[in-house]
Amino acid sequence: MESNPQTLALVRAAIERATEILHFHEEDSRAIVRSVDEALANVIRHAYRGKSGCPIEVTCRHLHGTRNGACVSGIEIILRDSGVCADPAKMKGRPLEEVRPGGLGLHFMRQSMDEVEFSRKKGKNQLRLVKYLAPAVPATAPEGE
Amino acid sequence: MQIAARAIKSWTILDLSGDIDLANSPAMRKALLGEIKEKRTPRVFLNFKNVRYIDSSGIASLVEGLKASRDLGSRLILYGLNKTVREVMQLSRLQKIFEIYEDEEQALAS
Repeated sequence: MESNPQTLALVRAAIERATEILHFHEEDSRAIVRSVDEALANVIRHAYRGKSGCPIEVTCRHLHGTRNGACVSGIEIILRDSGVCADPAKMKGRPLEEVRPGGLGLHFMRQSMDEVEFSRKKGKNQLRLVKYLAPAVPATAPEGE
Repeated sequence: MQIAARAIKSWTILDLSGDIDLANSPAMRKALLGEIKEKRTPRVFLNFKNVRYIDSSGIASLVEGLKASRDLGSRLILYGLNKTVREVMQLSRLQKIFEIYEDEEQALAS
């Protein structure tokens, strides 16, 4: 995609559909969509400083693996951009006690996703977001059985 | 996103619809601050009934509007928030900072 805010709605729709296919609960689906949207908005605003037409790679895949010894499934979304290098010191989000505009996007990501990893690879910023599927709740056996 | 304004008494209702994100939160900010700071409307109501989504840039505009209304002694009142918008308010810990009502009737009676 390009760093154009108008394309955010399209990406949100695509990610929402991907989470539906992977059977995420509605609440988790909304959290994933929100995180990706906020991450892309940060790339547009900060890495590309509002300049449109710059490239952003969005990769999404079904994740299988083990976590704490258990088999897990989930979704991994990786964003890559060629914008200015993100300053780790500025990637803290703001304290929520302060009621002022801004600084919420990172907070939304960290609250919503299981893994949020920033890195710089081959001259590109990379953000990896992971959300695991919640394990299915076993049916409760009727009393007396 | 679309914004339509309605007048009731000396108050204004801004009917919002669609998604509020980085692409269009500046339009909402402009409409909101125009009512609060330029027109000095004593009560501004934001009708979220047809808003599907709001991002942090939209929340930032609301916070800016709230601060302006407090500075000028007016009121900013929100109603009709769906689950998605309420979640974002809760994540931001702003649900108790804003005046939020279920529907228009309750908001106007407040």
